Amino acid sequence: MVDAQVVEKKHKSPWTIILKRLSGNKMGVIGTILILCLVLVAIFAPILEPHSYKEQHIENMNAPPSVNHLLGTDDLGRDMLSRIIRGARISFVVGVLSVAISVLIGVVIGSIAGFYGGVIDTVLTTIADLTWSMPAILIALLLVAIIGAGLESVIIAIGLSYWAQYARLIRGQILSLKSATYIEATRALGASNYVILFKHLIPNSLSPVIVAATIGIGNAIVLEATLGFLGMGAQPPTPSWGAMMSNGTAYLFISPWVIIFPGLAMMITVLGFNLFGDALIDIMDVKNKESI
Amino acid sequence: MAFLEVKDLEVEFQVDKKPVIPLKGISFEMNEGEVLGIVGETGSGKSLTAHAIMGLSAMSGGKIRGSVKFAGQSLLDLSEKAMQSIRGSQIAFIPQNPMTSLDPVYRVGDQIMEGLLNHADLSKSKAKQQVLDIMEKLNIPKAEHVFQQYPHELSGGLKQRIVIAMGLCANPRLLIADEPTTALDVTVQAQIVRLFKEITVSKGIGLLLITHDLGVIAQICDKVAVMYAGNLVELARIESLFGSPRHPYTQALLNCIPSIGMKQGSLAAIYGNVPSATDCPDGCPFHPRCPHSFSTCESTMPTLIQIEGGAKVACHLYQENQE
Repeated sequence: MVDAQVVEKKHKSPWTIILKRLSGNKMGVIGTILILCLVLVAIFAPILEPHSYKEQHIENMNAPPSVNHLLGTDDLGRDMLSRIIRGARISFVVGVLSVAISVLIGVVIGSIAGFYGGVIDTVLTTIADLTWSMPAILIALLLVAIIGAGLESVIIAIGLSYWAQYARLIRGQILSLKSATYIEATRALGASNYVILFKHLIPNSLSPVIVAATIGIGNAIVLEATLGFLGMGAQPPTPSWGAMMSNGTAYLFISPWVIIFPGLAMMITVLGFNLFGDALIDIMDVKNKESI
Repeated sequence: MAFLEVKDLEVEFQVDKKPVIPLKGISFEMNEGEVLGIVGETGSGKSLTAHAIMGLSAMSGGKIRGSVKFAGQSLLDLSEKAMQSIRGSQIAFIPQNPMTSLDPVYRVGDQIMEGLLNHADLSKSKAKQQVLDIMEKLNIPKAEHVFQQYPHELSGGLKQRIVIAMGLCANPRLLIADEPTTALDVTVQAQIVRLFKEITVSKGIGLLLITHDLGVIAQICDKVAVMYAGNLVELARIESLFGSPRHPYTQALLNCIPSIGMKQGSLAAIYGNVPSATDCPDGCPFHPRCPHSFSTCESTMPTLIQIEGGAKVACHLYQENQE
């Protein structure tokens, strides 16, 4: 009787592989550290903030950075550092939740369009293309105007503005994967369309979506700040970086720190997500097996 | 009644809004537990036959005509739902290339189990035990360990065994294997062929083996169907096919096999190429390459007729004799 050989290799979990690849990517490491900092700051905001983020001290308004107020105070005498730390929470929550909404809508619509094809595909792709052809800020503004300003509506609005790119991405993936041999093999085993789509096609199509979503979190944070800047975002006293910058414009020449520091915080955050997203492209490349 | 009865099976695709018929009405029968080999060159419609029987070519936009009767049921009339319950549990399919036939994101054990759970209402632990049993029967060493591995961690021979295990897990009555050995090393090929023979004999499973390798056919088949350009040209028992091939195409194919002790010189080859499905000659599709062709061959398509000795052949040479 015949025997095949099994090479007993130490089994590596996908996570070990990802970590190993990430550690070899300098920009990825920087991005990861920046994101981790943001996450930690967001989680421990109440402990980290030196002052209350909403307590007003009119006598100490627009104070320049000092030992007591490391980043100065704003026009109501509130501590800028505390507000930026609190603002990290808002940015992070808005970024992650709105992208989650976009990805969910995009994956469902895109995979159905790619899988079923025909008229369904034409209709869904046209809707996606129409959404994609309008600037996200316009859609978001329109939606906020309809639902009303506030944190929840900002999350929903941003989520509904960005789904089309994920739909298009996953549709392309599904189109190329649905004729793969292993999908045919699964079908030949008696799997239903539902199982084929959700258990096999979507998990295999996700890696570019994960990369796009990571970079998308950065975009969503910028869009949230833009909405905040326009007064459509989270309402006072909730500190949103965009709203803080918008406040600062009035005092640009008296107290530039009010606008500079939230801007810097946002830049660093978005940079973190972009660097991490770029690194993910290499890490998630299944064909690149050399470091497995 | 035959176990599998394929009659005038035809598949039509639309290419640039023009109909292309790569499978032109083939008929054959298979008895329970029999091993039927389908042999032919690339593009002769072998794989398409398998896909049509399984109802899989409809997925890629093909129209299937004719009839496929399996254990008394007419498969082409069944709904997609009913077909799903037959695929895997009654008729299993082993796809062409084991290298790409496994989903890269799941452990191989889970993939075999999926095929089982599609059809049987089993607990996870019981299903796992059954899968491990099948894996051991297929001589997969360290089955427990392999069960936990991902496809990219396995060798080609092992992947092929996993794919076979996927096909066998739900105890099908008919196994359709599409070139199961083509992607493998010659040494592994021999193992897999032997494995197929053992399984089908011990379990009484019918096997429809698609290959272009006459050597594989000679080792395990009971009957052979020779296909050419979407037509079945000869259907015969294995002794008769290798002993006295009737169709000029079969004769030419057998001539191409080099044998030990043959005289020096160039290897025999069949002159010309297989016609493509979009540009098929009139009459017998083989006539431009046939050494025996005559005027009738260029105008009329020969039908598959029974000749003495039980073989069936589609060639005017024999039709003349009949008349």
